[in-house]
Amino acid sequence: MSNTLESSLEADKTHMHMNRSSRGFAMGDMVFKWTALFFALVVLLLLAGIIIMLAKGSVPAFEAFGWGFITLEDWDPVNEIYGAWAALVGTLVAAAIAMLIGLPLSFGIAIFITEMAPQWLKRPVGTAIELLAAVPSIIYGMWGLFFFAPWFAAHIQPGLVATLGPLPLIGGLFQMPLLGGASGVSVLTAGIVLAIMIVPFMASVIRDVFEIVPPVLKESAYGIGATTWEVVWNVVLPYTKTGVVGGVMLGLGRAIGETMAVTFIIGNASQLGSSLLEPGTTIAAKLANEFNEADGLQMDALIAMGLLLFIITFIVLMLSKLLLMRLAATQEGRKT
Amino acid sequence: MNTMAAKQGQNVNFNMASAVSSTLRHGHEMTEKVDGIRHVEDAKLSLRNLNFYYGKFQGLQDINFNIPGQQVTALIGPSGCGKSTLLRTLNRIYDLYPGQRAEGEIIMDGKNLLDGSTDVNMLRAKIGMVFQKPTPFPMSIYDNISFGVKLYERLSKSDMDDRVEWALRKAAIWDEVKDKLKQAGTALSGGQQQRLCIARSIAVKPEVMLFDEPTSALDPLSTLKIEELIHELKAEFTVVIVTHNMQQAARVSDYTAFMYLGKMVEYDHTNIIFTKPGKKDTEDYITGRFG
Amino acid sequence: MQLYARRKLINTVNMTASVLTTLLGLLFLAWILAVLVGKGVSAINGSLFTEMTPPPGSAGGLANALIGSLMLTVTAVVIGTPIGIMAGTYLAEYGRGGAFAEIVRTINDILLSAPSIIIGVFVYAMMVAPQGHFSGWAGAVALAIIVIPVVLRTTENMLSLVPTQMREAAAALGAPQWMVIMKVVYKAAITGMVTGVILAVARITGETAPLLFTALNNQFWTLNMNEPMANLPVVIFQFAMSPYDDWRELAWAAALLITALVLGMNILARTLTRGHK
Repeated sequence: MSNTLESSLEADKTHMHMNRSSRGFAMGDMVFKWTALFFALVVLLLLAGIIIMLAKGSVPAFEAFGWGFITLEDWDPVNEIYGAWAALVGTLVAAAIAMLIGLPLSFGIAIFITEMAPQWLKRPVGTAIELLAAVPSIIYGMWGLFFFAPWFAAHIQPGLVATLGPLPLIGGLFQMPLLGGASGVSVLTAGIVLAIMIVPFMASVIRDVFEIVPPVLKESAYGIGATTWEVVWNVVLPYTKTGVVGGVMLGLGRAIGETMAVTFIIGNASQLGSSLLEPGTTIAAKLANEFNEADGLQMDALIAMGLLLFIITFIVLMLSKLLLMRLAATQEGRKT
Repeated sequence: MNTMAAKQGQNVNFNMASAVSSTLRHGHEMTEKVDGIRHVEDAKLSLRNLNFYYGKFQGLQDINFNIPGQQVTALIGPSGCGKSTLLRTLNRIYDLYPGQRAEGEIIMDGKNLLDGSTDVNMLRAKIGMVFQKPTPFPMSIYDNISFGVKLYERLSKSDMDDRVEWALRKAAIWDEVKDKLKQAGTALSGGQQQRLCIARSIAVKPEVMLFDEPTSALDPLSTLKIEELIHELKAEFTVVIVTHNMQQAARVSDYTAFMYLGKMVEYDHTNIIFTKPGKKDTEDYITGRFG
Repeated sequence: MQLYARRKLINTVNMTASVLTTLLGLLFLAWILAVLVGKGVSAINGSLFTEMTPPPGSAGGLANALIGSLMLTVTAVVIGTPIGIMAGTYLAEYGRGGAFAEIVRTINDILLSAPSIIIGVFVYAMMVAPQGHFSGWAGAVALAIIVIPVVLRTTENMLSLVPTQMREAAAALGAPQWMVIMKVVYKAAITGMVTGVILAVARITGETAPLLFTALNNQFWTLNMNEPMANLPVVIFQFAMSPYDDWRELAWAAALLITALVLGMNILARTLTRGHK
């Protein structure tokens, strides 16, 4: 009993402390919460700032050339005529080539890791692929310029021109350029190097998505005698398709916005060539090459192209986010 | 009474006898029972017209009863009956979540805890809580204990050492950890972690201690230790325990409240609840006919 | 049985294709690394770390670019990490389920995938153009804008993994929310948060595009963040594209250094998270 009394007396003493320090607590809570909120707002303002800056900087270019700026092919600093078309098409074509080559490669690797590789090989291959996704893009650019492009020009290009060149419809895309064909610097090689750059990234994402398939689902398919390919094609892919497309879109966004891997190899030609084996340019490469020396209308036109690039990557990201959200929703639905 | 208690098993029977005698020893008067609720005098906490809402859903409906000081009160009932919700109103831990709110009164020391002017941090220092799963903080055993103390008191190193030892002794874990106070609290076994968490609450010197199914994640031996501990704690603290285990309620508590569908069905001395329940629902529940 | 043979054939063909694509992918990647090591190792020597980047046609080192990269990276992390951590804390601890948090989360994803060259253009317009000169500060700010979304996302993810009961247990002792977060939640999530910062550093170590219009390059040794500042990525870009053999050799050396650093940091991040689980 006396023990109880003693402790309650002591408790009374501590309550006096409590009164004093507790007020500081409320203050601390306010300060901390508002600081956190403030920095969350900074993130918001950053994006707003980027959009406003790009939009404002683009105004003179659109005033000078109207919406035709987008479809104008010329880029003529001497006569002050600037259009985005050549770089815009270059960006999309290089990204398309990257996806065309990168997709099957990424799928193959993802299928190999999740469905075929023996357990002891899964981790090392998976880790190697993930680490390679972290290699800076400028490295891919250097390798592309000094090793891949010359090798491609010497060993692959002549064969391509000979076999695909004479074909109707697509033959025109594979004509040997009049100049500089030997260096291998072209839209096609840039697209291939881009593909090699995004493969590790896409393969990792697709593998992650494949791995959410519940083992029971796969086991029951194997249980009725399905082959590995049939399990992949009929169970894994249908189950994960939105997630896979979402991951692929993220890869596409990277390919479109990539600067260094492309700038080294694409040749930075201002005109749009008719053949994929000719040099070209992309929006990012054009910015990297010309922004520092530009002023006046040329600078405005470059910023306007930056805006276009930003809008394209924004749309791609939103589509991928939408698809990934759908995947999450169906997963929830399946759980319950 | 004895024959009915025998149905509950030997163990329960024995503990209930001690529960009865401890009740008499502390001298709580047998007050009148109105509509299933016995209104205990000498209340540490008085709940008046308490309603609780999760957004639009009403989790508690019109709860009225007294929680006596220096006694163990158990809250029982089927899952979803509101027993945990009721416990979580007592230290206003629900305040952490927007959209959850309580109406009515919870009176302690003449003040309504639900008032907007109540300092919830200080309130929680006075009303400690132990959770279902052991939640040792990612720090040393010593720091786990001193964390709460440092919030409200400036103690010298030796005073703090004393306090840590005192709390660990009270929680009956001192002998097991005295040589590894600098080790991570997460390295202990589940039962030890839970007693560490109890010591952590004790160290702050609360007046009331709330236990939210404190043994549901533990093995039988650890459970026994915690139950013994709870029994000893009531000498100094007012204890409220939520449990889904009726045997446990019978073993550790002096008073028991049976809740169902967010309402308080019956509240009485534990021995009466388990031997002569006044309500059909209570009897059905304790005899295992539903729940 | 004919049908079964057909199914088996399709399976064999497709699975072989899968193995071949994996081999092809790994082959290209091995080629890149082999080139990098082959070209880089021969170019690495002691003078890299002691001499300045040379004028065309003469030998030199990367000392000014190394110190420049270090200063830019450290400054970017010092600016970007607190912003990322606090904003991530807001999303995980205060804004759960709210519309504002969802907007910030989406915007963060946009920043995360925005082409890095656009961020260079943005900082050029905000800092370089008004000030009239390139500067280390501008470069550091551009890199910080890349650090923020990476740190924000990992912080939010890691804080969300901390069990709610841990927060409740700390609050139940009378700790105010900011103490709960600072003393308990951060402590529980610290490895993951550090991993996020390491990954952000790895990411900006190789970033070239945002530095082209901000820090640019500087042939000389400088510790003045108000001047243009040499840094490894831009040196690689300019030297690799040049016709001079000495410069190209330095570019390969720098490329190897950067890749080794980036991979090292990724491996560190990995071992940290694995050890924690």
